[in-house]
Amino acid sequence: MSAAPHSSPALPDIAHFTHVPDRHWGRWLAVAVIVLLLAGLARAFAVGQIEWDFVGRFLTAPAIMTGLVNTIWMTFAAMGLGILLGVTAAVMRMSPNPVLQGVAMGYAWLFRGTPVILQLLLWFNIALIFPTLGFGDWSMRTVDVMTPALAAFLGLGINQGAYTSEVIRAGMLSVDAGQYEAAKAIGMTRMKALRRIVFPQAMRVVIPPLGNEFIGMVKLTSLASVIQFAEILHAAQNIYYANSRVIELLIVAAIWYLVVVSILTPLQMLLERRFARGTGGGR
Amino acid sequence: MSAQPASPVSPPLVSIVDVRKKFGDFQALDGVSLDVRTGEVVCIIGASGSGKTTLLRCVNQLVTIDSGAIWVDGELTGWRIAGNRLHSLSEKEVARQRLKTGMVFQRFNLFPHMTALENVIEGPVQVQGRNHAEAVREAKALLERVGLADKAGNYPAQLSGGQQQRVAIARALAMKPKLMLFDEPTSALDPELVGEVLAAMKELAATGMTMIVVTHELGFAREVGDRVVFMDRGAIVESGPAAEVLANPREDRLKAFLSAVLS
Repeated sequence: MSAAPHSSPALPDIAHFTHVPDRHWGRWLAVAVIVLLLAGLARAFAVGQIEWDFVGRFLTAPAIMTGLVNTIWMTFAAMGLGILLGVTAAVMRMSPNPVLQGVAMGYAWLFRGTPVILQLLLWFNIALIFPTLGFGDWSMRTVDVMTPALAAFLGLGINQGAYTSEVIRAGMLSVDAGQYEAAKAIGMTRMKALRRIVFPQAMRVVIPPLGNEFIGMVKLTSLASVIQFAEILHAAQNIYYANSRVIELLIVAAIWYLVVVSILTPLQMLLERRFARGTGGGR
Repeated sequence: MSAQPASPVSPPLVSIVDVRKKFGDFQALDGVSLDVRTGEVVCIIGASGSGKTTLLRCVNQLVTIDSGAIWVDGELTGWRIAGNRLHSLSEKEVARQRLKTGMVFQRFNLFPHMTALENVIEGPVQVQGRNHAEAVREAKALLERVGLADKAGNYPAQLSGGQQQRVAIARALAMKPKLMLFDEPTSALDPELVGEVLAAMKELAATGMTMIVVTHELGFAREVGDRVVFMDRGAIVESGPAAEVLANPREDRLKAFLSAVLS
């Protein structure tokens, strides 16, 4: 092949023509339609029966702030318990021991098979089954122990663990069998291989669904309002029972849920980057 | 070439006695016996499904045998003798027995979330509990020995197949094993990368390391192997000095295999 600037005299010489990128007219049209619709929606809410200054006034009311703090710490606490139980159940499920496998499967069956709101009510009312807790000479009344916060923590966390165990198990299954073998070949026991070799690699697969569950938990804590746990929806309801500003206070709660979730999303992306080491995506 | 064979009275480093293994209905190993002396390089050849890889994996207990016995360095692997019964060893004891054996895999199996150096020090630091600084020093020397001193900080994904396999060899050597097992170490490599891995193995053999190598590289077997073992259908069909077996095969099945490989 010669190094001539154009290949054949039979073909037109277009080497110096400009390449014009696609203008994407359809996208511009879609954006225009969406903006119009949003503007219409905003106007409808602006002229609708909403006292927006109430929203502004209650956005930072002390009861709402307390509710916000309770929602946040309960999210982290219940999710922490859920991850702890989920990892334990996943490791049991993947173990060669059939007894451990059975226990893990029974746990997932029981807690995935019943509504979480029912579990919350059961935990909160557990005093009806066991009026006192303790052993030997030491005992105390269950109603003093099982506060709304503890019942919410146990109910949400234990339920979450049943779901998280499947997420963790999927992560463990995603790691190549050769990795277990290489770990064994350098003398590692199963637990050490899991901790040093398998889990760090499983994290990459586990974090997106786990982030999803974390965000789900932010909103799931609102269910604890039925057992009088003073999270943000409970606080909003308490206020609107008194002043009848139902929509305004629901909007206040919605704003705060959106704020919390918006902060969690970039945190998840940071974690994903951290665990992408060695895959070409990270560093 | 390799170290002097041990005196006839000392037991072999590896002694495989009448080992059988079935996967479902498939008889992977059908009564295999093989002794490997200290310092010897034994190359196992044979077609796919002949049982050569299974045999290798039995030696470091990645596969548990159905019957027979495998002794490594005077120790029965996987079982404890109590009277005239055998009790299976705990997971911890099996892990301890594996420390005598280094293994190099066909697919390298480097830990992708660790750099080359971290791969090499993982075993010494995490399993053997050795001093970190000392392990790093030794790991760097090992990486230099396989020609990868400048790649210590690279992740496996940043290395070529040949480089990854040499890191894997360094990782196995870092445990100071008495025996090295190679499971088709060049089969997953691009042709131009095979030579660098074989060179590292040849250098290792020259230091007197006892090696069992499952391979399709007949040139390597002839040049570096003390003995060649040909397996077919789960059994050893022919074995003997490498040059002799490869040049003048006696068994028809080996003749057929060699002509198929060489054509």
